[in-house]
Amino acid sequence: MSTYRWAAGYIDDGDRPKIVTSRFEYEDSYTLERYHATGGYDGLKRALAKAPNEVHDEVRGATILGRGGAGFPAGTKWGLMPADKYPRYLVVNGDESEPGTYKDRLLMERDPHQLIEGCLIAAYAAGLAQVFLYIRGEMPLAHERVGQALNEAYAAGYIGKNILGTNFSVDIVLHWGAGAYVVGEETALIESLEGKRGEPRLKPPFFPAAIGLYGQPTIVNNVETLSNLPWLLVNGMEAYTAIGTQTSPGTRMVAVSGHVNRPGVYEIINGTTTFRDLFYGEEFCQGIRNGNELKAFVPGGGSAPWFTPDQLDLPFEGRLVGAAGSMLGSGAIMVMDHTTDIPAAALTLTRFYAHESCGQCTPCREGGTWLERVLARVVAGNGTPADLDQLMEIGESICPGDFPHAANEALGLAATPFPYKMTTICFVGPSAYAPVHSALTLFRSEFEAKITRRNSIPVAAIHSTPAPAGAH
Amino acid sequence: MTATDNSPAPGADSDAPPPDPNAVQVTVNGVPHTARKGQLIIEAAADAGQYIPRFCYHERMTPVGKCRMCLVEADGGRGPAVTVSCMVPVAPDMKIETESPMAKRMQEGVLELLLANHPLDCPVCDKGGECPLQDQTMSHGPGESRFVEEKRHYEKPIPISDLVFLDRERCILCDRCTRFADEVAGDALIHFIGRGNSTQVMTFPDEPFASYFSGNTVQICPVGALTAKPYRFKARPWDLDEVESTCTTCSVGCRTVVQSSRDQLLRYQGVDSDPVNWGWLCDRGRFGFESVNSDHRLTEPLVRSATGLVPTSWNAALAATVTLIEDAKAAAGPESIAVIGGARGTNEDAFAWARLAHDVIDTPNVYSQMGDGLPVGILGMPRATINDVASATTIVLLAPDLKEELPILYLRVRDAVEKRRAKVIEFTPKQGGVTRYAWKSIAYEPGTQVDAVSAALADPAIAAQLASGSVAVVAGRANLAETSAATVQALQTLLAAVPQATVLPAFRRGNVVGALQVGMRPRSGGLDTRGTLQAAADGKIECLILVGADPLADFPDSDLARRALFGARRIISVDTHLSATSDRADVVLPAAAFGEKSGTTTNLEGRVTTLGRKVTPAGTSRPDWMIAAAIAQGLGVDLGYRSVDDITDAIAAMVASYDGVTREALASSPDGIMSHTPASIDPINPVSVEIGVRNSYDFRLVVSRKLYDAAVGTATSPSMAHLAPGQSAHLHPLDVERAGVVAGAEVKVISPRATAVMRIEADPTVLRGTVWVPFNQPGGNVGDLIDCTAPVTDVRIENL
Repeated sequence: MSTYRWAAGYIDDGDRPKIVTSRFEYEDSYTLERYHATGGYDGLKRALAKAPNEVHDEVRGATILGRGGAGFPAGTKWGLMPADKYPRYLVVNGDESEPGTYKDRLLMERDPHQLIEGCLIAAYAAGLAQVFLYIRGEMPLAHERVGQALNEAYAAGYIGKNILGTNFSVDIVLHWGAGAYVVGEETALIESLEGKRGEPRLKPPFFPAAIGLYGQPTIVNNVETLSNLPWLLVNGMEAYTAIGTQTSPGTRMVAVSGHVNRPGVYEIINGTTTFRDLFYGEEFCQGIRNGNELKAFVPGGGSAPWFTPDQLDLPFEGRLVGAAGSMLGSGAIMVMDHTTDIPAAALTLTRFYAHESCGQCTPCREGGTWLERVLARVVAGNGTPADLDQLMEIGESICPGDFPHAANEALGLAATPFPYKMTTICFVGPSAYAPVHSALTLFRSEFEAKITRRNSIPVAAIHSTPAPAGAH
Repeated sequence: MTATDNSPAPGADSDAPPPDPNAVQVTVNGVPHTARKGQLIIEAAADAGQYIPRFCYHERMTPVGKCRMCLVEADGGRGPAVTVSCMVPVAPDMKIETESPMAKRMQEGVLELLLANHPLDCPVCDKGGECPLQDQTMSHGPGESRFVEEKRHYEKPIPISDLVFLDRERCILCDRCTRFADEVAGDALIHFIGRGNSTQVMTFPDEPFASYFSGNTVQICPVGALTAKPYRFKARPWDLDEVESTCTTCSVGCRTVVQSSRDQLLRYQGVDSDPVNWGWLCDRGRFGFESVNSDHRLTEPLVRSATGLVPTSWNAALAATVTLIEDAKAAAGPESIAVIGGARGTNEDAFAWARLAHDVIDTPNVYSQMGDGLPVGILGMPRATINDVASATTIVLLAPDLKEELPILYLRVRDAVEKRRAKVIEFTPKQGGVTRYAWKSIAYEPGTQVDAVSAALADPAIAAQLASGSVAVVAGRANLAETSAATVQALQTLLAAVPQATVLPAFRRGNVVGALQVGMRPRSGGLDTRGTLQAAADGKIECLILVGADPLADFPDSDLARRALFGARRIISVDTHLSATSDRADVVLPAAAFGEKSGTTTNLEGRVTTLGRKVTPAGTSRPDWMIAAAIAQGLGVDLGYRSVDDITDAIAAMVASYDGVTREALASSPDGIMSHTPASIDPINPVSVEIGVRNSYDFRLVVSRKLYDAAVGTATSPSMAHLAPGQSAHLHPLDVERAGVVAGAEVKVISPRATAVMRIEADPTVLRGTVWVPFNQPGGNVGDLIDCTAPVTDVRIENL
């Protein structure tokens, strides 16, 4: 069997090691009973038998790359906290809202105890006083399942005072988000937790590890990152690093959407699986729909620059993908076949980011909407040749200097590697520009085709796009 | 004990060049520069002569880095990086580029984006001509606009308070006004709502931005989004002429610029004076210019005839004045003449009047307080400056509600609590603006003030706090229905236990400290205001001279004030507006108002600053000093004062405590020069008052002022006149029930003196067993209830 009625979207096919999705095959995978029956909380017991710094060393040695988007190693992140400042907090970023990403939702719905155990191991290893589980407001089932699991775990003595008879105590608090994409940004998440408007904090300080929730050292980790910990503790560092490559060990969950035959969430081998494997492999997506040709794909969530078939043979390895001009991000892959209207696809993504801007800093608030409005005009056939250059120039006000993009043989383009410079506080602003930039760089002729249908634009037509003021 | 010789406040202005360990070497656009450790790049660059454009950054508020206008390139060793110069401090050997191609590209980009949705209605915008957005578009902008989409539209403008209008189309969402409201004023009544491109500044539903400091948001708004009702469409900035001055609405002495056009005052703006107001003004001070322009100003002298007051010439009025004084002197000697006032004028006015009274008329009965302050001897205690208070470890308040009476001092105290974690111990008969910031707020029933202080001193936690560092006491009259001796005794009790404490006298009226210090106080055997009014009521005053004094409105005991005005044989009034008091005078001499005369003023610290003359006095009105000199001339003495400068020089020469306050020194010190307490003011002797307990059927009366009241400055300013809340009796909600009355209903408030009818309000900030009534409200008569010879006033409350 390759799919499960109770885990819609998850596809389990082929013979690969499973780290975080091993229980998805059971319908009752979210219960404590099933969790116990499948080795649940063994990782926590093993962790508690060691000294905290030994657990931390094991996590550091396993190089678990953050699965939320930035790919920062979890063990290193924990080590960034100032040594003498307590209390410290763990905030679990369950506000998964990057377009195309739906892996954390499955993990929270299908295996909440695994996440809780991961939180407990992290709290033990890094000396954290309290865990805050922030779950996106649009995920009621995840909220329900995690809440239920927390109650079970409390009752079973896994959370609370003197866990499993040791002197280790920690509490886990469940918090339900109010629905804003930007709160997925870790400092905005912290602001939201504190009861304020969900707006990213100003940098510096650059890391919440120094000054985070309520001004205290705070670790913000992704759901999938933490879900790796129980397996790691049970099976050990060597077993973990034996999977994948040295710089990208383990597995990772990817969510594929778009024009493939079998879109869904897959747990793939990190570092070695290539995009070609994923799109065309029998145990994965089984090719592009209707036998169509692949035109472009977004390799790491809606905010990532796009790739074309030229990059198909890149493996899931952050460094290589970064050098090639994009990022792996949150593991959301959107596939576009040759029937795709590229300017319209870019508009869809840009509109999302413009709408989700928190409005705090000028380039994102004004630039995002301006990009959207010009692009909408172009897509509607009311663009001017100057609009295309202007789109790039508006983008340059958000991201000055060279913006990363993929190489393209046919166009004679060399890759510009990650990262970019930005004038904004967080990555939402550049995310509005990324699709525009990729689409215009790689598929400029499609934009020109929408413009050259008319040589001059009557003034009235310029205003035919209705103003969105106050409309959202 | 003799008067202390106060040395100037040590370290009040410690802007000395930084010592070496604090120096950080950087380069700004390639030029080496020595910055201070921890200094923000934007400030360091400014010191190096490079202005970095900015909108959200304000040096008196926490940087937020929201507008992104101040982006520069800074290389801290890892290559040039996009850097928000208002957020990032300098680092050793940092290379700061404010004008590199990348920096210029970013600045132009941000400006173009800011202008994208800005309406560009500069020709009809009040800010046009002094607009940071306009100015920086010219200096750092892209030069052309490419935005052809439809702009954002909102209803414009909408009132967000009685005084402030908001135009959301012009707003660039820089977070200055919202930050000010929250961080500086503590009235977080405006905030952002919405998200992304529909973010807007807004009040909470049905809750206006009713802050006493709302005018500051208009001043710091970098665009024309916020406008103040009194100035809207009155002038263009390039038509305004301005002079720097000092606000004399209260005794804090905030620095301002006074702006006028076509010889009419149009606007006051706050000036950043580090030891005093940090650039902020309260709304009452900021919008008080309307009273100067008021139609109710006295524009010509008046003398009483059979038909009432009739206009006359200055010569006739002065001759009448001289005759009245000479007649009084001839009838009952100089002691039968008394002068009250001087607190509303300049030091020069007060000095000229003091000389006229003491040296020419030869009367000892001179006083510039109105029976609503503390004895002048408070000035003889070790004095604190505002900075001393703001930097003290512990701030003790034995004072009226600072938010209502000395608003900018309230901001400084609040800042000390919020930013510096100073601890405030407040003794008050009623909770007020500072209460929520107080470490200990000790409510006392009038009459138990001394006991409250003694009890607090016996509390180990409070004693430990008082012993833990510097202590500054703000001392003033918190309750006009309680004798000032109670506060004096409480203060003496406190100082006996905490000898290192210094005292900031919270005298309220604009230049009352200056008037007292330069001589408007009784000579030995002379009468203070209460004594004068009592003597007048007893028929012992032949001629009562009121210099900008309105006892009917300001003296707490209205009955005594009324009897005094009936009992005084002749009254001479020098005033800017015709008041209930001056309406009873035999001669009324019109005086020039604020903005119409120059000179100096002394704030509650003793700081002497200059006043600017911006417009010509209304009608034929003259400065007070000129009137004094003319009367002296009429009495046969030439004081020798031909100009205000003559008197400034005379004060420096003749008043020992003003010896450093020369015109040259004032000209070179915009923050002012400290004067000292004259040696002739003795500290008060220990006092002890015995106050009986309250009958449990009675309520003890607490009377204090609100910022907006019936004072001439607000009553004749159309924008502010309606802001006075009106008179009502405030009882604790439980006491409302106990008294058997209904909140909102009119009741009788019965004191031994009189019965007043007023509305009842349930108010949890009022202490149980007391009733609080605001003083001098329009149509108010609470003064009728007060007997200034009784230590406290107890009232009964009955249904009509």
